[in-house]
Amino acid sequence: MALDTAAVRADFPIMCREVHGRRLVYLDSAATSHKPRPVIDAVTDYYERFNSNVHRGSYQLAVEATEALEEARRKVANFIGAARDSEIVFAKNATEAINLVARTWGRANLGPGDPVVITELEHHANIVPWHMLTAEQGIDLRWIPIRSDGHLDLSDLDRLLDGARLVSVAAVSNVLGTINPIRQLADAAHDVGALMMVDASQYTPHLPTDVAAMGADFVAFTGHKMCGPTGIGVLWAKSELLEAMPPFLGGGEMILNVTKEGFSTAAVPWKFEAGTPPIAEAVGLGAAVDYLNGLGMEQVREHEVALTGYALRTLNQRYGDDITIHGPTEPAERGGVLSFEYKGIHPHDVAQVLDRSGVCVRAGHHCAKPLMRVLGCAATSRASMYVYNDESDVDALADALGEADVFFIE
Amino acid sequence: MPDLEDLYREIILDHYRNPRNRGELETPPAVRAEGFNPLCGDEVIIYVQVADGVIEDIKFGGQGCSISQASSSMMSAAVKGRTVEELQQFNHAFRSMMSIEPDPDDPAPTNGNSADVKLGDLEALKGVVKFPVRIKCATLSWHTLTQAVEEAQADS
Ligand SMILES: Cc1ncc(COP(=O)(O)O)c(C=O)c1O
Repeated sequence: MALDTAAVRADFPIMCREVHGRRLVYLDSAATSHKPRPVIDAVTDYYERFNSNVHRGSYQLAVEATEALEEARRKVANFIGAARDSEIVFAKNATEAINLVARTWGRANLGPGDPVVITELEHHANIVPWHMLTAEQGIDLRWIPIRSDGHLDLSDLDRLLDGARLVSVAAVSNVLGTINPIRQLADAAHDVGALMMVDASQYTPHLPTDVAAMGADFVAFTGHKMCGPTGIGVLWAKSELLEAMPPFLGGGEMILNVTKEGFSTAAVPWKFEAGTPPIAEAVGLGAAVDYLNGLGMEQVREHEVALTGYALRTLNQRYGDDITIHGPTEPAERGGVLSFEYKGIHPHDVAQVLDRSGVCVRAGHHCAKPLMRVLGCAATSRASMYVYNDESDVDALADALGEADVFFIE
Repeated sequence: MPDLEDLYREIILDHYRNPRNRGELETPPAVRAEGFNPLCGDEVIIYVQVADGVIEDIKFGGQGCSISQASSSMMSAAVKGRTVEELQQFNHAFRSMMSIEPDPDDPAPTNGNSADVKLGDLEALKGVVKFPVRIKCATLSWHTLTQAVEEAQADS
């Protein structure tokens, strides 16, 4: 494996802790990743040395804090291949970034009957904002179905895209791990004059990201899944789009001028960043990007493919027909997210038994209830892997899983 | 960590494997209510038929973990044939066993003291308190039943 996971683990202080007297086996990075020492230090360092409000102070401290925030923006822009730093809008998380697009671009550009196309495997963050616009503005929400192998069913794409104004798709499914054909969808969207939005929440942490190569117009992702702090997310959009979009929240920081009669907006990206921003969090995200660059995103992905392959082989060999792992079977076509069902035991019970061995997996609908319905279940157990996981974590999962039999299999 | 054996008592697993009163009732005369646990996606459907203040029949359906299914099964066995007043006493006694504050929206038991109520098999769910995330699994069916009974009484 390309990554030296022992060295990587040493970077993550939480890996030293025990759970119920056992080593922590953390397999829930699709929910949130752990934070390496440099990220924790960057946040602490910010508060210890630079803390002050940004974009307003004329004193040295405020200048340095502003520089730290804008430096983080630069790092994120470079990380995803943005043409300009000003194309990076900081938000609270991916959810807010998607809502920003729905509330600003969507409100200004969509009307009754205007088609917005999403897929059956979306996270609620890329469903509910569109349901809200359906209720408020009467947009026509359309769904690209999925096939039983976990890939999108594009056989009826032409009809679904007919007249579309926006296509919004997760780059990687947080349940199935499926890597979606974003470039192909973006090209198809552009062919019919629609814009392309990508929910890259499960992509940016794991694969080298190039927004231009994706062919996207909007890309949303979230800091806490990519070694960064909570409370910071990103919307990338093409400059022309950001320029033309109305503002999102109103308040300080986002204005150029305010009078009794009205206001004018600041330049992008600040136009979309009302109020005091999450400065320490942005600085932490900048450090996270540095950390991932240090590992090398190619290596991160190589590690993920190898470990996913090992996990699929191990679980299938050990449990055969007793385990069903959803999503693509080829590691190259998927991320390191394994949703599975084991012997018909309810995922909540599976997760409870695994917890006893220090193995953290998620049980539930993973904020993708429409997908659960398509899969024909109310919930799955989900193990998801990241840079600090290795084969021993997969082995721990495989060992602990069998212990559920004691309670649930007669 | 508390032992899993405290959570997964034999009697709970028995109700889980061999649920009592699983199924549907015709609506009307029965009333149907659905409960969701937004955290884990569990769904409980309760059918209840109330006449003259008595729970004449009850069935449950839906999908859920061993705790939520066993809780539904035990609850249905405990309240079938009881009066609505007795149900309220059970509900209070159960909630206090789960260490939950009485819900101000729930009707208070009108007579009798819920502390005196014998929960029977339901006592086995006591261990759930040691696993706080699972408390919602155990109480979902009770919430849903309360809702269904309120509806049934409003209808009549
Ligand atoms: C695919 C996908 N989209 C969106 C989100 C939402 O991320 P956040 O809760 O940080 O806004 C998540 C994570 O939960 C996700 O996996």
